[in-house]
Amino acid sequence: MCYVSPVIKDDQLVPLLEARAITKSFGAVRALKGVDLSIAPGEVHVILGQNGAGKSTLIKLLAGVHAPDGGEILWQGQPVSIQNPVAALDLGIATMYQELDVVDGLSIAENIFLGHEISTGGFTRIRHVHRRTKELLTRLGHGDLSPAREVGSLSPANKQIVSMARALSRDTKLIIMDEPSAVLDSEEVKNLFRVVGELTSAGIAVIYISHRLEEIRQIGDRISVIKDGASTAVGLSVADTPTSELIRLMTGRELANVFPPAVPVPADSPVVLEVSGLGVRGIFDGVDLTVRAGEVVGLAGLVGSGRSEILEAIYGALKPTSGSVRVSGTILKPGSVRDAVDHHMGLSPEERKSQGLLLDEPIYQNVTLSSFARFARFSFLNPGAERAVAREQIEALELRPSDPDRAAGTLSGGNQQKILLARWLVHGTKVLLLDEPTRGVDVGARAEIYSLVRRLSAAGTAILIVSSEIEEVLGLADRVLVVAEGRILATAPASELTEHAVLDMVMEGSAA
Amino acid sequence: MSEQTSVPSAQPVSPVTPPESTHDNDQRGSVLSRILGSGAGRNLGLIIALGVLFAIGAITAGERFSNVDNILTIIRFASIIGVLSIGMTFVIIGGGIDLSVGSVMGLGSVVATLSVVQSLAEQTSWLVMVVVAIAVGLVAGIVNGIVVSYGNVVAFMATLAMLVAARGLAEILSNRTTQIVRSQDFIEFFRSNFLGVPVLIWIFVIVAALGWVLLNRTTFGRRTVAIGGNREAARLAGLKVRKHTVYLYALSGLTSGIAAVMILGRTTAGTSTHGALYELDAIAAVVVGGTLLIGGRGTIVGTVFGVLIFATLTNVFTQNNLNTSVQAVAKGVIIVLAVLLQQRFAARKKR
Repeated sequence: MCYVSPVIKDDQLVPLLEARAITKSFGAVRALKGVDLSIAPGEVHVILGQNGAGKSTLIKLLAGVHAPDGGEILWQGQPVSIQNPVAALDLGIATMYQELDVVDGLSIAENIFLGHEISTGGFTRIRHVHRRTKELLTRLGHGDLSPAREVGSLSPANKQIVSMARALSRDTKLIIMDEPSAVLDSEEVKNLFRVVGELTSAGIAVIYISHRLEEIRQIGDRISVIKDGASTAVGLSVADTPTSELIRLMTGRELANVFPPAVPVPADSPVVLEVSGLGVRGIFDGVDLTVRAGEVVGLAGLVGSGRSEILEAIYGALKPTSGSVRVSGTILKPGSVRDAVDHHMGLSPEERKSQGLLLDEPIYQNVTLSSFARFARFSFLNPGAERAVAREQIEALELRPSDPDRAAGTLSGGNQQKILLARWLVHGTKVLLLDEPTRGVDVGARAEIYSLVRRLSAAGTAILIVSSEIEEVLGLADRVLVVAEGRILATAPASELTEHAVLDMVMEGSAA
Repeated sequence: MSEQTSVPSAQPVSPVTPPESTHDNDQRGSVLSRILGSGAGRNLGLIIALGVLFAIGAITAGERFSNVDNILTIIRFASIIGVLSIGMTFVIIGGGIDLSVGSVMGLGSVVATLSVVQSLAEQTSWLVMVVVAIAVGLVAGIVNGIVVSYGNVVAFMATLAMLVAARGLAEILSNRTTQIVRSQDFIEFFRSNFLGVPVLIWIFVIVAALGWVLLNRTTFGRRTVAIGGNREAARLAGLKVRKHTVYLYALSGLTSGIAAVMILGRTTAGTSTHGALYELDAIAAVVVGGTLLIGGRGTIVGTVFGVLIFATLTNVFTQNNLNTSVQAVAKGVIIVLAVLLQQRFAARKKR
């Protein structure tokens, strides 16, 4: 299948949007130091860059959220100043943010026409609106969704469809998509690409932001790369640029061996985590698994297969209705996170920001969140000792910025992930559960996290990892359990599996 | 990642005290600049507001306002709401709210002045009344905490129910009468001064100081901020979120009990109407003091300023013989202005 829309070759064509030498500072921080961009009508233009490179700032300038300090923006050849989000929409620029800006309490139709309701004398013309909504949804391949359905009940994928339909409901010429695939599984990503193809064939240009290089290959026409707030490449052809070159442009270094080589698990290595017959009614059932000291076991499966819930139930964050969890032979109290933590189990949750971190609090307090009481004397905190231990971890994990008093919310995704790893290192974990450890983490930082996982397992930690990216599970794990529909379909050494084989199993499992 | 970095230890890190002097001095600077940087900086808006009120007081009422006795009157007036507000600060930082503080305080004052209790106090010591009032507050707080934490009832509703029920119970027990305190020792103690400062003010100062230490220097305070800041993250990090929530409401109950003792000392009588609407004054003071209503962020110093601002406002109006209705309007304006100022300074500090 090919989702690539016709590449625009006509150089005579006036670019839809052009940005020249854009700069933007926030206080003393220079977020953009000179970014160029040129978007042709009907193309999928990918913007690549590590976290913190300035992609989000650039998007916000185009969407009218911030105003640039310098440089100019041309829209269809005319200089424009995009003062506010409404001005952007009036020009024909719609933005789909990572945190989708849909209103959960309203219906699909109400969301789509939010801000430009169709009404006569103040009365909404419901039937007309619903008909228009149906048309838009059908165009996006989702004619089965009812316009009256409440958006809160939709999956993230369908919320994206609503957000796109909203963009289409206006006279939109450019849609900016900020990591739209981050919350989707591979089936949903396929549909997203189909929809994007639909949009571009109608002449709408798409700015697509993603960390996943393989997606960019499938969908993108041209690529612009930003590094440290400055353009390092503008409008490269996707087909003619090798991946290694892209990574070099993003990181300034060559990417070799993304996955560090596996260290063989010693044959006499004891079983640390033993799960038997674990189930949560209605979600998953009869899960048996063991993880030995120094072993990395991966759970591969689609979103909604129950893989995250399995981790949560093992950890006690979700109360199991059957089965048991043992750590080094001791049965854990079901549904008690505290008991799991006391037995040296740690979880790095799927949603770092909402489930893992105190964003307003300093790095060191996040690092010691599970262990600060140990540093205290008679319940009096010892911030000096906490900072010192945080500094050790900052150094060992190459966490940036290295100031332990910086608020955790100001860090990039990769560094936030390192805080969570540091938390469990300080606490001392025998079993580490990692749920999507690289979601929203850029390529460079990913490699660091992979090598950390390796070093931890080499030091004897038993690791259970869940990831939407099958490649990641295969690259990191010694053993892989394939999960679908709340059951474990197969267990095999990672070396004997391919991404294709896993997908095959998962799809059949889902169909059954 | 370079090859040289050490393998992170998978063993628990032992709580060894590091050489604090080497690490901390360079980062945090002198004690003075630290105080200016954090406390005063964050509370600049409040200091200005209080300063403006003092200036208005001094200009409009002159000597009647600006003398030591009047300042002590202001703080004495503030002390009861102040003690309630300290407990409230913890509950709000922890992500909750306690609407029952005023009526629990009223209930405490009634139970402590029941003739059974007073008789017992006459046979033994007036401290019996103090213990009873505080115990009533604690029990009510623990009930609040259990209903909120283990019953999963929204804090607003659970404590609203306690507000209504405690007021009703106080009316039943007192038969809607005013119960005079019979112990002269009790009355004298709370009327007395220590080092020239009324005992009520001392109680407020001590409660505030203990509150500050508890919030900023102990594991209890750290847990409170963590749970209020991100409840789910705190739970997944292994904190005992439910148990701690009960402790927070118990603490608020404790301060309600202390406030009950204080109002007995000031009015020398217990009645079911004591503390009516005090919960609103306490919440206003806490929020004006910069504590986020959604939890996770707040200071004791800010709360103390919030309490003093309202007490000064009342005093300025009283000195100028303005009626309480005008005062209420001004209070509303002050709440909005102070919050606006607070946001301004908070935003500036972020940059």
